Amino acid sequence: MNLSAEDFQAIALTLQLASVTTVLLLLVATPVAWWLAHTRSAWRAPVASLVALPLVLPPTVLGFYLLIALGPNGPIGQFTQWAGWGTLAFSFWGLVLGSVVYSLPFAVQPLVNAFEAMGPRPMEVAATLRASQWDAFFTVAVPLAKPGFVMAAMLSFAHTVGEFGVVLMIGGNIPDTTRVVSTQIYGHVEAMEYSQAHGLAGVMLVFSFVVLLGLSWFNRRADQRKKVGA
Amino acid sequence: MKLRLTLALVGAMFGALAHAGDVMVAVAANFTAPMQKIAKAFEQDTGHKAQLAFGATGKLYAQIKNGAPFAVLLAANAETPARLEKEGLAVAGTRFTYATGRLALWSKQANLVDDKGEVLRSKSFEKLGIYKIAMADPKLAPYGVAAMEVIQHLGVQANVVPKLVQGESIGQTYQFVSTENAQLGFVALSQISIDGRITQGSAWVVPQSVHTAIKQDAVLLNAGKDNAAALALLKYLQADKAKTIIRQYGYAL
Repeated sequence: MNLSAEDFQAIALTLQLASVTTVLLLLVATPVAWWLAHTRSAWRAPVASLVALPLVLPPTVLGFYLLIALGPNGPIGQFTQWAGWGTLAFSFWGLVLGSVVYSLPFAVQPLVNAFEAMGPRPMEVAATLRASQWDAFFTVAVPLAKPGFVMAAMLSFAHTVGEFGVVLMIGGNIPDTTRVVSTQIYGHVEAMEYSQAHGLAGVMLVFSFVVLLGLSWFNRRADQRKKVGA
Repeated sequence: MKLRLTLALVGAMFGALAHAGDVMVAVAANFTAPMQKIAKAFEQDTGHKAQLAFGATGKLYAQIKNGAPFAVLLAANAETPARLEKEGLAVAGTRFTYATGRLALWSKQANLVDDKGEVLRSKSFEKLGIYKIAMADPKLAPYGVAAMEVIQHLGVQANVVPKLVQGESIGQTYQFVSTENAQLGFVALSQISIDGRITQGSAWVVPQSVHTAIKQDAVLLNAGKDNAAALALLKYLQADKAKTIIRQYGYAL
């Protein structure tokens, strides 16, 4: 394997992007998932569909809309300019925003499942013991939904590492800012540098496999614990 | 009786296929519009049918190397056809330049770009509202190589390079500028002009003397060696009718 300094730079940036995205996603996805798991509102179905959209939309569609929305005449671009941040396209935070949108369903879905599996009982019991809603959420719901959080975090992280189309559309290929592993591989392939492409692609393959393997093991252990507990 | 009829039908079908004179052509994405027009004229004039597959040259190369059934490649550069010939995947001695790309410095804003490109010499781009300048990745696109040469020729690297963002193709570079995420950018003249007129914004058509020629070469691939339609297409591309179309779309010859 012959990875260049630029390849390592791309790997470091990718890990940074995936970490920031995962943290932000858990913060955004938790309240959304909680609401989806508990609401009886007529808005549930439309909101759930909206959250799931990135699953079925081609990344080029997301990237294309983001590019327009982030531009000086787009709604996000107008807001960021008004806030004094300039426009976000071609910046690290632009990629973070794109990644949060792109990986949102991968964070929300496991959490919804975990919250639903919990049922209303634990929160009701906590309430009768006079725990406040927040207290009950952090001391009862979060520990019970831990497998859901772990799964959401791993999937978000891995999915962001594998992101390509959105980054390609809004990144601009700037070393150390927006040139991530997937776009670097694309560059190697397009430039017919196949041996370098093989090196990085191999790293990506092994990484993705290990994450999925870890997830399966984690799920099996969580299941077994549940059975023992019951 | 039935069997004979079936055989006759099958025979007729194969006959029809052989006579249709199809040629599968891999075409660089930046040449999409002119090639569609040329293919139509080609079919009318010769009766042969050109099936077009558009894509980035690097991707087309990978496909050809892995057995894609293309008979002709119209690349976005000169290197790829040369490389295919060297690797024995293209027929030696069939390469030629079918179009030469023209580079333009372009902005969506009227009056931002003057007709000598002096805007690139600005000391403070921010004052002009220029935060990003787009170009194609020089590693992937000849338009990117040419843009870099222009920047060096003008001696404005120090100010311009920190503002650069790169598109993976000239098509994406155009997107960056046309959505105004980049306020200025080096694009292909073919993307912003019709019959020699700039359709919107302001542009400097870069003189060809300040950068390496953006040669787009065609080559006959092994799959098209004995294909009459393929040979006819290569000849057609060098005839006046095709040349007129190519010029209309902002390419030089």
